[in-house]
Amino acid sequence: MPFFDAASTEPLHPAARDALLEALETGWADPARLYGSGRRARMLLDQSRARIAATLSARHDEVSFTTSGTQAVHLGVLGALAGRRRVGRHLVVSAVEHSSVLHAAEAHERDGGEVTEVPVDLYGRVDPDAFAAALRPDTALACLQSANHEVGTVQPVAEAAEACRERGVPLLVDAAQSLGRVEVPGGWSLLTASAHKFGGPAGVGLLVVRKGVRWRSPLPEDERGARRVPGFENVPGAVATAAALEASLAEAPEENARLWELVERVRREVPRLVEDVEVVGDPVRRLPHLVTFSLLYVGGEAIVTELDRLGFEVSSGSSCTADSLRPSHVLEAMGVITHGNVRVSLPRGASAEDVERFLGVLPETAARLRRSAGATG
Amino acid sequence: MRFRRRAPRAEQASPPPVPVPAGPPAYLMLDALGRKCPIPIIMLAERIREVPLGQIVAVKADDVAARTDIPAWCRMKSQTFVREEPLPQGGWAFHVKRDY
Repeated sequence: MPFFDAASTEPLHPAARDALLEALETGWADPARLYGSGRRARMLLDQSRARIAATLSARHDEVSFTTSGTQAVHLGVLGALAGRRRVGRHLVVSAVEHSSVLHAAEAHERDGGEVTEVPVDLYGRVDPDAFAAALRPDTALACLQSANHEVGTVQPVAEAAEACRERGVPLLVDAAQSLGRVEVPGGWSLLTASAHKFGGPAGVGLLVVRKGVRWRSPLPEDERGARRVPGFENVPGAVATAAALEASLAEAPEENARLWELVERVRREVPRLVEDVEVVGDPVRRLPHLVTFSLLYVGGEAIVTELDRLGFEVSSGSSCTADSLRPSHVLEAMGVITHGNVRVSLPRGASAEDVERFLGVLPETAARLRRSAGATG
Repeated sequence: MRFRRRAPRAEQASPPPVPVPAGPPAYLMLDALGRKCPIPIIMLAERIREVPLGQIVAVKADDVAARTDIPAWCRMKSQTFVREEPLPQGGWAFHVKRDY
């Protein structure tokens, strides 16, 4: 059954699976203890941290493991805001950030802070000048995703980082959709990611805080996790994450080129094969493996269910299928159709044949759903 | 900032706005109140042909998705989205000018 929802989660990479199984045997002990098995766990943890840091041109002590990408974002955002409270309480975010960033921003607002949301264009891309213009003397933190999770548009991180550097504002880059696939531009102060998005295990996130960036934990004190992330470390998860990151980066140049062409084909063919459809997201400045389109007059839930019945696992940003009754805030911010939305995100190894079969069933599926909804177009 | 919280019917939170300048009256009024998207769009697409060119069709809807979908539909279909008018009972009337 073709799985086309890598943007939700990438299947575990075989290298990560091997590393995980081995580390369950060797890295189970408490890395805070001084006896042999504890020292071994500590060593595995430190090595994993160093390997991940090397891929990011970061220092090993700048990297922390969290329990998810969402926790990394929550700690990153709230910790950076707390660390710069004396500078001010203003936070800048793009309108199309992941819900974890926007929920953290809401929490900041409830706590008396102020939030500026930078809008996006029809492609879901932030205007770097508008982002720069949102920075103020009392801005404590700015957040910009590396690429959008729903439409694949790559954001102008380098330009935003430059603007932030000029104003002395730390920039948090949520790299969950691109880490392990495409290079993250430098210049960020904090970076967050999620292991299961690049073939690592579930339950591991990354929070990277550059030396010299003010950060104060928003949570009660804890000695573990380098005082950034409370609780007993998931050593096997950390080991598997390092393995997944290295493996996916090694395969990325070749695999990205292949997936880019498959996505290009979907982008070109869907509007040719199906009437009243809009492919959304930036056609050029995009992730290699992700394409989103919206079919007029079709419910998002109906299309996902029907494609699943036909053997294709895709996701949708339409209401009813998302975790709330509101339509996707990303599609809303872009001003594109929010119903009939289909996100195809190809995992490593997705085959050209499966993509062709998908394109083969789509026209009749769309026609059938439109007929049953009473749409004449 | 309002994010993903289910808006109560018709955004009771937003203050009753200064009445929008009425503009030309709708030639045809469609009622999609209580209907989820994409039904309001389907109704609009089906019946816009009943309106002479240059005239207004208005769709009453209270699914918040319509606020995005109707202007987006107009862009895709080269029709003109004129305005969104809040309704006293909740929801909005979306005014669309038929251009072709």
